[in-house]
Amino acid sequence: MQLEYFQMIDQVVSFDREGARLVARSRIPVVSPIFEGHFPGHPLMPGVLLIETMAQTSGYLLLGLNRFVSMPFLTKVNAANLRRFVGPDTPIDMEATLLHDGSGYAVTKARITSGGKAVCDAEIMFKLLPFPDMLGEKMRANAARLGMMVEEPAA
Amino acid sequence: MSSTFEKVADIIAETADIDRASITEESHAIDDLGIDSLAFLDIAFAIDKAFGIKLPLEQWTQEVNEGKAPAENYFVMKNLCARIDELVAAKKA
Repeated sequence: MQLEYFQMIDQVVSFDREGARLVARSRIPVVSPIFEGHFPGHPLMPGVLLIETMAQTSGYLLLGLNRFVSMPFLTKVNAANLRRFVGPDTPIDMEATLLHDGSGYAVTKARITSGGKAVCDAEIMFKLLPFPDMLGEKMRANAARLGMMVEEPAA
Repeated sequence: MSSTFEKVADIIAETADIDRASITEESHAIDDLGIDSLAFLDIAFAIDKAFGIKLPLEQWTQEVNEGKAPAENYFVMKNLCARIDELVAAKKA
């Protein structure tokens, strides 16, 4: 996890196409300039970055489901609950499931737990658009780096 | 007015925070009600859930952009409701 680079996922643990579910994990870094401000002497993972982590987990789920044909862009975070503080060096587990597969959009349910305890959850909506420029290749490379099986785009 | 219209108008009023009384069968969702594309996604999600269908937004958008169909076909309330009724009927068939 590199918070400053918005690399929120360390590893994709599993991707279940049939069940429309993706599981990932990360460890919150020990040191980050983010913690210098949030908060001085009392480092906590910012809630907005937890939401970003859920969005990225959902994003890779949607990329896997559409075989990297279109890019999910975050449009709405609904019913977000931040339930527990997490600080540096904390392992977290992420899960995203598909709630609705719309036409040109999708809605997921995502959550983060740590040690089996709920950290946060949300319902997240994405607009699905064609990949701009070379982003598709880069997202596929990122997914492969995270250990996600990357299938060829549908013909 | 059809029950579909009543249901869709309720959804739009609640989802987009629009005065329910201002929504008529002749209202254009974009031009008259001021619903933008992102707000329309919320509405589409609520309609998909309420009617158990999948509004073909991508197809509609493509047809409008390519000049194959006027936007009124899909975004004037009475026409939108007719499209929804067709999708519901097709699902039952």
